[in-house]
Amino acid sequence: MKSFLSLLFGLFLVTTAVLAQDRGPDAMVRQVTEDVLTVVRQDKDIQGGNTRKAMELVESKVLPYFNFQRMTSLAVGRDWRTATPEQKKRLSEEFKTLLVRTYSNALTSYKNQTVNYKPSKLQASDTDVLVKTEIVQPGSKPVQLDYALEKQGDSWKVYDVIVAGVSLVTNYRDTFNQEIRNNGIDGLIQMLVNRNKQLETGKK
Amino acid sequence: MKPVLSTQPPCLVITLAVLAVSACATTANNPKDPLESFNRAMFSVNEGIDVVVKPVAKGYDAAAPLPVKVAIGNFFGNIWDVWTAANNLLQGKGQDAVSDVGRVLINTTVGIGGVFDVASEMGMTKHTEDFGQTLGKWGVGDGPYFYWPIIGPRTTRDSFGWLVDTYYDPVWRINDVPLRNSLAATRFIDVRASLLPSDKVVEDAAFDKYSYIRDAYLQHRRNEIYDGTPPRERFDD
Repeated sequence: MKSFLSLLFGLFLVTTAVLAQDRGPDAMVRQVTEDVLTVVRQDKDIQGGNTRKAMELVESKVLPYFNFQRMTSLAVGRDWRTATPEQKKRLSEEFKTLLVRTYSNALTSYKNQTVNYKPSKLQASDTDVLVKTEIVQPGSKPVQLDYALEKQGDSWKVYDVIVAGVSLVTNYRDTFNQEIRNNGIDGLIQMLVNRNKQLETGKK
Repeated sequence: MKPVLSTQPPCLVITLAVLAVSACATTANNPKDPLESFNRAMFSVNEGIDVVVKPVAKGYDAAAPLPVKVAIGNFFGNIWDVWTAANNLLQGKGQDAVSDVGRVLINTTVGIGGVFDVASEMGMTKHTEDFGQTLGKWGVGDGPYFYWPIIGPRTTRDSFGWLVDTYYDPVWRINDVPLRNSLAATRFIDVRASLLPSDKVVEDAAFDKYSYIRDAYLQHRRNEIYDGTPPRERFDD
């Protein structure tokens, strides 16, 4: 479980690639990761724990490559179909805020880690792929960090990040299902809103 | 995230826990976690213990320079590699087992007792195996999930695996008791310190820390049993 840190990294990593549009998903992951790491390596504020700055970095460099609606639908599971378009929109917004904050926080613990990109066997006809990387840090076993991507038109979007085998998205599924059983979709939206508010005020 | 470590004579802990389980009503709404009320109680116990352990780990983390921490991590990693080799053999992964034995030989000699991980620099991949993974590979299912005092989350299968791990753990087989205890304590704190960065992430990410850790643990173990390439689960959306 030292992996959560690396999860954060992963998210961030995925963010950056402006140039990556026409490339394969593995090239895109690599580009975004390197772009984000380049910024973090030079930014003393982020290394010093400035979450807000890390969030700005994630929002500008990583978010464009994520499909949050799909992520949210995976976290919610079967009940997603019963949500109204308005509810879906709010759920995705709140879930995005939560993930970005959590993982920006993780970025601030960056210390000299490097990323290895595993060779992937991709076919030209693939529309849903897993790109595998690992975070290397001295003194401990590398942490596996995988991205699930799907093709949308010409571009690839990340819809899941898997750290040491733990999906950041589906790990919420049991919690979300329980909340929906007890308080409905609106209850889940409220739960996310409350948590985001709490994290917002709890921090500088 | 509590340390997931071998630190205590297992029998006493498990006996106590089994007694406690039988005294608890089950509130089973998660089929993987039929003993949730007992587990949640143990989770609170560990959160209490961590009030003491965490400051020690923080102190260690702040005081020890990075090369020292790396050396300590490598040292215990090298000891565990012996057991990893045995488990790879038991799982029928002969090539991995041979490479693990090679790692131990190189790191113990050239790497000066294991404090330098020379083998990784030479491209010999580090594996991490334990007996719970071996049982999983042999087809033993998870069984009910447990949250134990001190050692933290384990499935039923991995609880048995942990007993076997602890029995063969070279550190626990040292006859010199003060040395053995110092090594075990150092390893425990080193592992706890390595989890410090995860703490904050879990605090932020989890709505319910108990179930977040449980679900992450179960996914993580599944991934380990499949050596990092589990069959992908398709989720309906």
